[in-house]
Amino acid sequence: MKESGRTHPAVLVAIWVLLLLAPYWLGLVGGYTALGARVLVLGLAAMSLNFLLGFTGVLSFGHAAWFGLGAYGTGLALKWVAASTPLALLLGTLLGGALGAVLGAMLVRRRGIYFAMVTIAYGQVFYYIAYRWNALTGGDDGLRGFSRQPLEIGPWHIDIAANGVAFYYFVLACFAAAVALMALLLRSPFGHSLLAIRENERRARFLGIPVEFHIWIAFALSCVFISFAGGLYALLNNFADPNNLHYSLSGDLVIMAVLGGMRRFWGPLLGAAVFVVLQDYVSSLTTNWMSFIGLLFVAVVLFFPRGLLGIARRRSLA
Amino acid sequence: MSLLDVREASKNFGSLAAVRGVSLSVRAGELRAVIGPNGAGKTTFFNLITGAFRPTSGSIHLDGRDITAVAAWRRVTLGMARTFQITEIFPELTLAENLRISFEVASGLRLRPWISRATAAKLHRDVEEMLDLAGLAAKAGRLVGELSHGDQRAAEIAMALALRPRLLLLDEPTAGMGEQETYDVAQLIRRLHRDRNLTIVLIEHDMRVVFHLADRIAVLDQGSLIADGTPAEIAANAAVQAAYLGKPNDAGAA
Ligand SMILES: Nc1ncnc2c1ncn2[C@@H]1O[C@H](COP(=O)(O)OP(=O)(O)OP(=O)(O)O)[C@@H](O)[C@H]1O
Ligand SMILES: [Mg+2]
Repeated sequence: MKESGRTHPAVLVAIWVLLLLAPYWLGLVGGYTALGARVLVLGLAAMSLNFLLGFTGVLSFGHAAWFGLGAYGTGLALKWVAASTPLALLLGTLLGGALGAVLGAMLVRRRGIYFAMVTIAYGQVFYYIAYRWNALTGGDDGLRGFSRQPLEIGPWHIDIAANGVAFYYFVLACFAAAVALMALLLRSPFGHSLLAIRENERRARFLGIPVEFHIWIAFALSCVFISFAGGLYALLNNFADPNNLHYSLSGDLVIMAVLGGMRRFWGPLLGAAVFVVLQDYVSSLTTNWMSFIGLLFVAVVLFFPRGLLGIARRRSLA
Repeated sequence: MSLLDVREASKNFGSLAAVRGVSLSVRAGELRAVIGPNGAGKTTFFNLITGAFRPTSGSIHLDGRDITAVAAWRRVTLGMARTFQITEIFPELTLAENLRISFEVASGLRLRPWISRATAAKLHRDVEEMLDLAGLAAKAGRLVGELSHGDQRAAEIAMALALRPRLLLLDEPTAGMGEQETYDVAQLIRRLHRDRNLTIVLIEHDMRVVFHLADRIAVLDQGSLIADGTPAEIAANAAVQAAYLGKPNDAGAA
């Protein structure tokens, strides 16, 4: 299907060149490699949220729950199960994905604000579990005592533990795999059924789509993707804390998606980049960095409701 | 045997009886019009047939099978497709995408995470054919929400046809259309009925369209079926005239 919202090939090439060369150019503009990894991880989280928000038309306001579960799951797996980065990431992803699938089944009949409220409630439940269950999670201090392990792939030994650039490329490879899968899904008949639900639920139903079932699958997939991002976040920081589950992070992810452009596949990544960079630079100047984000957000929503990428698109059409 | 059988169907909204004990049979290959004044319960009747609402009492049968408890989306897979009085389409997708999705669902692909090139090519051909049939080929790449009202209505009919229904329910397909568009849609419906032998139930206010197309006409008034017959019988029916002239309907006259 020739999609109305497909990314121009030149933009696609630009995105991948920028990401692939990030460790080389980030330093030149005053950044650092870990900042690049942070953009990728939060960008993937925002894109996972946007799989629901932008492409299924369902707003989850508690998606940090699954992000944080992925982070804790990965950290706990490294700490208690095995000193293997891929295994830990897999277990973290499964934890968030499975809980998301189970709890998601209970909210697919709700819509709009009611859907959003239940997702916030889920998020807060997990937040308090992480906050209170000191013995397992380290409570308020967060989960420590684990660190990402070097990769052993056949004869190769890749030291993503100590080498920040190697870790960046590991994150980039994970990011690429996840977004490729996401893009594939969105182009498939299943992805089209989600667009149909976003566009017009009644029409979708009367085309023969069991709307609730499809929303449930989309929700579960979104949880899997964002748990994976959460796992990467735990690896990035060698740390997980209750804020990874908190609804303020959920809100930040929504801001990233809307800021960048929730109808565009790459919009949330741009939103995450703007968010993370502003957070990094402006917070070194003033503690009020959030008000800059807030102002930018308000301006975009008021004047460019299709987000930053939406502006670019309008230009390119003109 | 009749394709669609509605038996004593009623629907109450609180104290309002929108549909009252209506029974109606539609034979395969028939073009049945449903008419009646505003608020008569025509759309509600469609909603009962297609599963948007469960009837308060009564039952719906398709091919002799009781489908009263069958979910709306599943009735579509059983061969029932409908359009709405207020156009229901995917406004921010192109016309071709609207049809593409319809064909994908109709082909049982809705859960597929990928499809073969051959399948994609087949879907592409299906879309092209349907665009031609609906006279919309020139607008394939346009966002359907930006098309004219008439083209949007035609697009919705095309989406319903893409489902390859055995029973097509059209709720006022010519509503809000100009002379030429009304004529075009009437011709399209006529072709579907004659050439494809499609069974159609049509709610319509434009009496020229109704009397031009329908094999039989059912008349609803205040939720009740007050007449059901050939166009000639309906034209001569006193109760129908009373209902349309806005006089309080005397049930004894029916
Ligand atoms: N979902 C609903 N909830 C409550 N009342 C409803 C609902 N749908 C329809 N009604 C009422 O039921 C009655 C029949 O409405 P319906 O839409 O079926 O009439 P109609 O014959 O299609 O009219 P029109 O020609 O104006 O389209 C009206 O009084 C309407 O207000
Ligand atoms: Mg109506």
